[in-house]
Amino acid sequence: MAYLRNLEHGDIVHRCFRCGYCKFPVDYSDFNCPSYKAFGWDTFAPGGRMWLIRAWLSGEIETSPRFSEIMYSCVACDNCKNQCVFEKFRDFLPDVFQETKVELVNDGLVPPAVRDYFKAIMTSGNPYKLPQARRGDWTSGTGLQKYSAQEYLFYAGCVGSYDEVGQKMAKSVASMLDKAGVSAGVLGEEETCDGNEVRILGEMGLFNELAQANIEKFKTKGVKKIITLDPHALNAFRNDYPKLGARFQVFHYTEIFASLVKKKKIKFKKYPAKITYHDPCYLGRHNQIYKPPREILNAIPCVELIEMRRHGLNAFCCGGGGGNFFTDILGTGEDSAGRVRVREALQTGANIIAVACPICAKMLTDAVKMENLEDKLEVLGIAEIMARTQKK
Amino acid sequence: MNDVMQSLIDIVGERGVSNAAEELWFYSRDPGVLEPHKPDYVVAPKTTEQVQKIVQLANREKIPVVPMGNGMALTGLVIPLKGGIVLDMKRMNKILEVNEKARYAVVEGGTSQGVLKAYLQENYPHLRHSIPDAPSTTTIAANVALHGQGRLTNQYGFNSDMVTGMEIVLPTGEICLIGSPSLGPYWFSKGPTLPDLSGLFLGWLGTTGIITKLGLKLFPNKKIREVEMFVTDKAELVPEIFYKLTHLEILEDVNAWFQPKPLIFKGNFHITIYFTGDAEEEIEFKRRMIWDALQEFIDSKDGGFMNVQYTKDMLLEMPQRGIANFADVPKGGGFEYSGPITIIEHFPQYAAKVIELAKKYDVLYASSARLICGGHCMMFSISFAFNRNNPAMMKRVKEALDEATAFALEMGAVPWKPNFMEQQMTMKKIHPATLKLMQMIKRNLDPQGIMNPGNWEVI
Repeated sequence: MAYLRNLEHGDIVHRCFRCGYCKFPVDYSDFNCPSYKAFGWDTFAPGGRMWLIRAWLSGEIETSPRFSEIMYSCVACDNCKNQCVFEKFRDFLPDVFQETKVELVNDGLVPPAVRDYFKAIMTSGNPYKLPQARRGDWTSGTGLQKYSAQEYLFYAGCVGSYDEVGQKMAKSVASMLDKAGVSAGVLGEEETCDGNEVRILGEMGLFNELAQANIEKFKTKGVKKIITLDPHALNAFRNDYPKLGARFQVFHYTEIFASLVKKKKIKFKKYPAKITYHDPCYLGRHNQIYKPPREILNAIPCVELIEMRRHGLNAFCCGGGGGNFFTDILGTGEDSAGRVRVREALQTGANIIAVACPICAKMLTDAVKMENLEDKLEVLGIAEIMARTQKK
Repeated sequence: MNDVMQSLIDIVGERGVSNAAEELWFYSRDPGVLEPHKPDYVVAPKTTEQVQKIVQLANREKIPVVPMGNGMALTGLVIPLKGGIVLDMKRMNKILEVNEKARYAVVEGGTSQGVLKAYLQENYPHLRHSIPDAPSTTTIAANVALHGQGRLTNQYGFNSDMVTGMEIVLPTGEICLIGSPSLGPYWFSKGPTLPDLSGLFLGWLGTTGIITKLGLKLFPNKKIREVEMFVTDKAELVPEIFYKLTHLEILEDVNAWFQPKPLIFKGNFHITIYFTGDAEEEIEFKRRMIWDALQEFIDSKDGGFMNVQYTKDMLLEMPQRGIANFADVPKGGGFEYSGPITIIEHFPQYAAKVIELAKKYDVLYASSARLICGGHCMMFSISFAFNRNNPAMMKRVKEALDEATAFALEMGAVPWKPNFMEQQMTMKKIHPATLKLMQMIKRNLDPQGIMNPGNWEVI
């Protein structure tokens, strides 16, 4: 029996002209849609996806593993939303894709990797299936205390808490917060997943559960201000949690540090390096935070900040968004986003790729290895670079 | 898995071929009003050799092959009317060479207009190519294969006139070089002083071979581009305005457009006049020449120059992204146009016909005419928007376009990128000896009839 599907924005899908502007950055220098770049079929571009969703809603095509693969290869980078030529309509493109994934979840027809991701979050509270008791291990030696009415809660997120690259970033942020005298604490083993990827992958029930538990916990502990390591968490806290009643001020760590640098509460020694900065989608396009990371880097004496051709609003995603960091539907081929991005970084002549997101850090670190560029490019979090400029 | 599928995988790898329902559904249609027809396979080659092997396989198995760029001709030219293989060429997108002094580029057959534009801006900012107003994803090879036009068409002719050499995979599988690259390493001439064999492929809409490499003329990219807009409410004056403007021989591009929405544009004919220069003095001189050329129409109160201060950025954009917006006016994601190539003195008759058709079929129009090569002819776009969720409206648009093509043929025009039915209408009218010559060419080049069958198919 045909399943009646009803997307909230289903009444606009026919309006896509599939003209293809959504595939590009504003200067057309290369394809800027990571899934189209990786797969090369028009069906994997935003326009193709819109047309397929229309066919799927009308019953012309069935749900299939291929259909799910196409939908879940979207990295939710929001490039299409910014490049589509139809004003207002374009604002809802990401919603249509997300709502389709919600339907696929409701149908129980998601790719195995997505199913496993949900299962890991449900059973372990994190995608790594690691014990909750170890969530706070990374804080060891940072000087950061458990949260108890400090001004800020520092939220590390799943990647910052469990992934080796993420932990390095989290530690450096924690150390810099401590060094700058910022009153902040962590939840450690009490911290739970923010749910941003759960939501974008379409499991709204699980997302609501995670979000409401977090909101309740933050309220109980008296949290008023949150600093996030991960722009994905920032996105959930800033844009989705308020719809569920949250009333917290949310900052990305680069916003806090940029402000402290401006007030001269953080000072740097000389650090001669050529650095290019990779804009994370959830910091840049999703939340319009472009300046603070650059302000920090530009404040470091002897740093030469060189922009990649695609930067800011036109930045190319690392490929880790939309849950792909965990599901790896895009794969690791030559045209996978991370590898394309590090080749672009190399062209700038920089020897450091600065990142502000633990997912980007991991994706680009792996891509540097795959491209055999370890002797030419180093991937470092903004706070890791800051830490290198501090007097011992 | 069948033998053909396995053979295609052997040629392009698993990620280069699909017969999944999703790709078959998508590649069975374009954004225009024609009915879809499913291919059996969609294949995305990365090299000329892969294209050659696919064509050889198609010959052995007698499978149709439909080469496709971005599929934005809107007239169904990439709909596989008889099934077979749709060849998505967009993975062949390398810019192979730019010869700066000879001012040409050599690109692969799936290279997009946008990527070449960006490449030139970054590496050869003093060079440019003739960018059409189609979306930047459209491919250069497809554009020349259907005699497309672009921003430099008034100065230098159809974009197909700007081809400087081709590599073609013939329908029988041979790889053939056309023009100067057939004699040496340089891609500066598609024909002269050899017999110009490019005519065997340009305008044939993918029915005589697959363009895998293309040489393209580049032109000086002046430091300053400017635009003026002259407005008149008298269609009958537009040919004379065109004539006065082209006499100047200094203009980059001239477009005349008219549309009923938004209301501010209704009832007027807007002539956008593009010009370039390397110095402000040059620009001001040209501006004065343009104003002087049209002064008589101002004196007679038949027209005047419109302030473009607030629209200049949009007008100067290449491609003009706003053109795609016409598809969203009925909030339905579609438009299609008939674009006859005709003489400029017929502008008033075409303008009247557009308005008549829009009224008769109750559809929304937007029309424009672009001068070609100094006014020897123009492309007159008869464009109707539709709502994709409204089949009745789509049917009316199709009928209006059919009538527009019939009208154009009666007026002695040449249809541009005609759909397969318009091709039939054209072939019924064309001189019998011309038709016979086309038939001879097609049969000799494509003895199995595998290339984009249903198009330019002489009955």
